[in-house]
Amino acid sequence: MAYSAVVYTSGTEYARGDSFFTEEAKRGKQLFQKYNCISCHQIYGLGGYMGPDLTNALSNRGDDDAVARAFLKSGTGKMPNFNLDESEIDGLLAYLKYIDKAGTYPIEHYELSPLGTVEVI
Amino acid sequence: MSKFQSGKIFIGTSLLALALGVFMGCLAALQFVVPGFFEILPFFKSRPLHVSLVISWIFMCAIGGVYYYLPRYHNLPLFSPKLVAVHYWIFVGTGLAILGSYVAGRFGGREYWEFPPILAIPIIVSWVLFAVNYFKTVFRKKGKWPVYLWMWGTGIFFFLYTFLEANLWVFSYFGDNIVREITIQWKAYGALVGSWNMLVYGTAIFLMERISGNPKVGTSKMAYALFFLGLVNLMFGWAHHTYLVPSAPWIRYFAYAVSMTELLILARIIWNWKSTLDTARKFKHLMSYQFLLASEFWIFLNLVLALLISVPALNLFTHGTHITVAHSMGSTIGINTMILLGSVFFICRESTTKKLKLKGVKMGLWLTNGALLTFWISLILAGYTKARLSTGSDLSFQQIMHEVAPYLMVFTIAGIGLFLGIAMIVSSALPKLFAKEGEE
Repeated sequence: MAYSAVVYTSGTEYARGDSFFTEEAKRGKQLFQKYNCISCHQIYGLGGYMGPDLTNALSNRGDDDAVARAFLKSGTGKMPNFNLDESEIDGLLAYLKYIDKAGTYPIEHYELSPLGTVEVI
Repeated sequence: MSKFQSGKIFIGTSLLALALGVFMGCLAALQFVVPGFFEILPFFKSRPLHVSLVISWIFMCAIGGVYYYLPRYHNLPLFSPKLVAVHYWIFVGTGLAILGSYVAGRFGGREYWEFPPILAIPIIVSWVLFAVNYFKTVFRKKGKWPVYLWMWGTGIFFFLYTFLEANLWVFSYFGDNIVREITIQWKAYGALVGSWNMLVYGTAIFLMERISGNPKVGTSKMAYALFFLGLVNLMFGWAHHTYLVPSAPWIRYFAYAVSMTELLILARIIWNWKSTLDTARKFKHLMSYQFLLASEFWIFLNLVLALLISVPALNLFTHGTHITVAHSMGSTIGINTMILLGSVFFICRESTTKKLKLKGVKMGLWLTNGALLTFWISLILAGYTKARLSTGSDLSFQQIMHEVAPYLMVFTIAGIGLFLGIAMIVSSALPKLFAKEGEE
């Protein structure tokens, strides 16, 4: 219990990207769960394997959300068309933007130690 | 329900869930390699159907065993047979509601528990009923508890604890911070897997005690030491799932150290290799033992894989690849399912005084394990290819998946073989399980 309490508080204290967790992003998170996006996509490498990891899906394309918007609007060969309306697409993109600003995955700059640990640079 | 029949009804239902769950897994795998296949039930529906059904198999079969074994082998009549019936109907009713919500496309949860969160309430109620019945029953036992009674109790307690923890995201303190949410989600999932391992490994120790006729199997110091080691890993080893999530570094270092304690289990397996083979020769005529022996093989393979991917420097490359899937499939099918099928055939053998016809089961066992080994190796090769191309090339995700596709084709074909093997075993087990005394 004490261990859990520490994990719940100082262990996961993390503010990066907080300002991007707007009401629209919050709604996007609910839509992300409603359409079960995690069944095919990953965040920080956790989730399904059908589609790409979405942690930095927006910044990987230079913060241009046009491609993501097109995928969400029409689907792809593998991704179904969920017939999302513009407001839903805006919500999902706001949520992806928050995740993007909150962290980086995969880690690009690191050092490996002889003990097998990884130091992020 | 009679005192033994209630356990069998749980187990019979679990076998149906297993067959249907593996069938759904084949469908999902086919959809992976043939986009657009069977669009009535697309991948984002077939995957959670597969996962929920196989998790139901593990829990229901283990629970059924506990309800069956306590009155029969410990002379401990269940505290309340009526509670068992209520438990069963809540479990089945909630399960059907979850499957229905997936088919209808009504989601709302997160990976592995994708159903609308309101359905978590009856799940919690059913486990509270199980906990009340279990502890009220076993607290009447006089004398020292064999380790499997502790393991079953620990499994029940930690299921409840971790399932509640897995649903903390509904509160904004947890759900509104991506790092806290993901970290706690995987903390809960890691321990939740540990909770069902407690139920399943407890069943394995019980079976070994009964098959060998040696009560020390369940009461030796080594048995309690391994239980303690498993418990420590259940509580603290989860963070190897989240090495790459930017939570506090001490969480990762602590989990790394705890995960490496499993080297002790690996050393014990290697140390006991010869005696395992001697025991195998002695009991090879028993179908239940053959399933347990298959699980030992998978424990060895998966433990080596788990130890490797728990090293952060290797996890950096294997995380998010099919190597993780190989580990989870090897554990749930190779270890958990083999042990539980051993339990099923232990009970089948008791349902009749005649010799069981088991040719189909033996063929099913070999087919399942051969297909699983092919399946497991193809996933590791797929994961290795993905890891190599993700870090050592500029290929896009689509190009990488194109390179991985041949391995996934082998994985899908092996998955169909796995389904056929499981179907042979289940179709043979079900009539034997419910045979009247003296029938085959």
